[in-house]
Amino acid sequence: MLKSRFFAVLAAIVLVLPGFSGASPAVKLNTTADHGKFKELQRQFNSGPEVTKACLGCHTEAAMQVHRTKHWTWEVINPVNQQRLGKKNVINNYCTSTASNLGACATCHVGYGWVNSSFDFSSQENVDCLVCHDSTGTYKKMPGGGQPPIKDTENPPGSGKFVKAIDLTKVAQKVGKTSRDTCGACHFFGGGGDGVKHGDMDSSLAAPDKEVDVHMDATGLDFSCATCHKAPAHEVVGSRYAATGKDTGDAHMRGQQSKSNPATCQSCHGQSPHKAGSHAAKLNHHSDKVACQTCHIPEFARGGVPTKMHWDWSTAGKLSPEGKPILKKDDKGHIVYDSRKGDFVVAENVKPEYAWFNGEVTYTLLGDTVDKANGVTLINALGGNASDGRSLIWPMKVMRGSQPYDPENKTLVKPHLAGNDDTAYWKNFNWEKAIETGMKAANAPFSGKVDFVKTEMYWPITHMVAPKEKALDCESCHAKGGRLDQVKGIYIPGRDGNPLVNTLGWLAAGGVLCGVSLHGLIRFLRRKQ
Amino acid sequence: MERIYIFSRFERFWHWMQALLVIGMLVTGFEIHGSYRLLGFTLAHQVHTVAAWALIILWVFAIFWHFTTGEWRQYIPTMQGVDKIIRHYAWGIFQGEPHPFKITRARKHNPMQAQTYLAIKVLLNPLIWISGLLYLYYNELAALGYGLDLGTIALAHTIGAFLMLAFLISHLYLITTGDTVTEQLRAMITGWEHGDEKNTK
Repeated sequence: MLKSRFFAVLAAIVLVLPGFSGASPAVKLNTTADHGKFKELQRQFNSGPEVTKACLGCHTEAAMQVHRTKHWTWEVINPVNQQRLGKKNVINNYCTSTASNLGACATCHVGYGWVNSSFDFSSQENVDCLVCHDSTGTYKKMPGGGQPPIKDTENPPGSGKFVKAIDLTKVAQKVGKTSRDTCGACHFFGGGGDGVKHGDMDSSLAAPDKEVDVHMDATGLDFSCATCHKAPAHEVVGSRYAATGKDTGDAHMRGQQSKSNPATCQSCHGQSPHKAGSHAAKLNHHSDKVACQTCHIPEFARGGVPTKMHWDWSTAGKLSPEGKPILKKDDKGHIVYDSRKGDFVVAENVKPEYAWFNGEVTYTLLGDTVDKANGVTLINALGGNASDGRSLIWPMKVMRGSQPYDPENKTLVKPHLAGNDDTAYWKNFNWEKAIETGMKAANAPFSGKVDFVKTEMYWPITHMVAPKEKALDCESCHAKGGRLDQVKGIYIPGRDGNPLVNTLGWLAAGGVLCGVSLHGLIRFLRRKQ
Repeated sequence: MERIYIFSRFERFWHWMQALLVIGMLVTGFEIHGSYRLLGFTLAHQVHTVAAWALIILWVFAIFWHFTTGEWRQYIPTMQGVDKIIRHYAWGIFQGEPHPFKITRARKHNPMQAQTYLAIKVLLNPLIWISGLLYLYYNELAALGYGLDLGTIALAHTIGAFLMLAFLISHLYLITTGDTVTEQLRAMITGWEHGDEKNTK
């Protein structure tokens, strides 16, 4: 007994020791370069751009590649209708717009120092390599200039809260491929908080289990964002500004050149993804009308993080009797009213709404006519219908709300929200002042009048793919009042029918039944006699 | 009374299999149509599809049988004696009159019956089958460039289903109008018209 224990301990020592000996890295590198061994990175860095300069010493083309992307320009020309989109231009129904708020927004820009229009977009060293390539999880940028703090910094100033200094040398030496963490640092928190914007992207995807996302499942397939959104030269593919509504191509083959979007389901799974089971063929038949996501993402916001579904700016600005901003939370601790922003509705495990979508979107941009009398303004009207041959039925998060507009000039506005000044709404609670400043920054006229208009914004849902057992079953749609109840232009067995034929049909069958019953009754009665 | 063996073994098998499949397909078909919920759409669809193929196979054999045995002649339409039959069902049957049609081996259905069956075979079944196959394969057809509107296909199929339902109801009743209520049912089970019971009376 004692002897066996002795051997067990000995064995443990023998097995464990090699782990402590030698200087090999704890994690096995799967690249051929250990950036920690590069002389160029074995130094003190005093700013982000200094690191970038070091990166560019070897990665000579990287910055210029980034310069061509929307991550850098925040501007996209819609290839279909030539609309000027991108964060620089669009107005949404969350925090509405960048413009004068750039200082706060540009914390998520892949560059350093974009606070106003004087930013030098041609500067290579202003490209922020680390925000995407950090592997330590420690890299962060400060709002209002977008630099990483190199010493402990009070934020916001005077708040007594400090952001810890970042060891840029360590971050630079440990750069790696992009990850769910690096992409997620911005994309999980779009709209000003965890899960707010997308509904299918939030911090639960940093290390999700299979139930939340079969592909990103941290202990399974463990896809990073770039596994799907991969393309050469820093050009990240798969954008909602120019989406692929219906991918009719086959699965991509390695090495084969393809111009089609590599981030679609079909680009890996092809057009006949259902192989097993008695109704695989019938399921495959659906791929010409129904997006994969429609059945395979039965609900979004499934990772325990709620997403914002409704935002009413018109109720913002209520203050306590002492003149202080108010914050109201629901019983789960989620904010449902904020004086700076108005009323919110947040939700988890949300059933999507469904719509035909061919990938085309038409935004309502600054200057486009908006009129309260016309009802709900569509932030991004979806293209597509049942008959254009290019559309599929997609699941959508529909973000609804009410937001400020100029009732005289009949346009949406870009209010100045964030800032430590006399006009920022979040500090002064005065729409007129805030919108005047914001519109000035956007070089747009403002009548001085403010009203609120109801808006809707559509977010095609594509992440949080559920395990196949959790996919929608036939009856979810093939029924009256089912998921696709509101989708027009298509005959869905179980949902549809010709009312006249149904009525006449049942009348005929019922008539025959009555007729023969009567006949039989008479026979029966006559027989008795 | 003379006993006649009118329904051969295959014919009876064909009839009862057909009855089972048609009733099964009516039940599942109207569920797929959204008229009620019974098995659930998935199972209803599966049963309906399997039954459709079973019926098609059965019919291939039945058609072969009809032509090799010459039984197809049973369905050659005639108006001869139709008036008497109409009169019987409208009047005579209530007076306890015997059926005016005398079954023979060569003519085992009365003229109205034969006309109805013929209409089912050459009009209703093709309507249901063609629309049903289009329903099953409209994706493949669309891929080949012969896109048809599913709503139209479904409409034709539904009309066929209602007609079949109406037929089934009337058929179930009319088989009780033999010399006794169960006489015709018996014949379709045993093959013999005029069973022993009747004979010994």
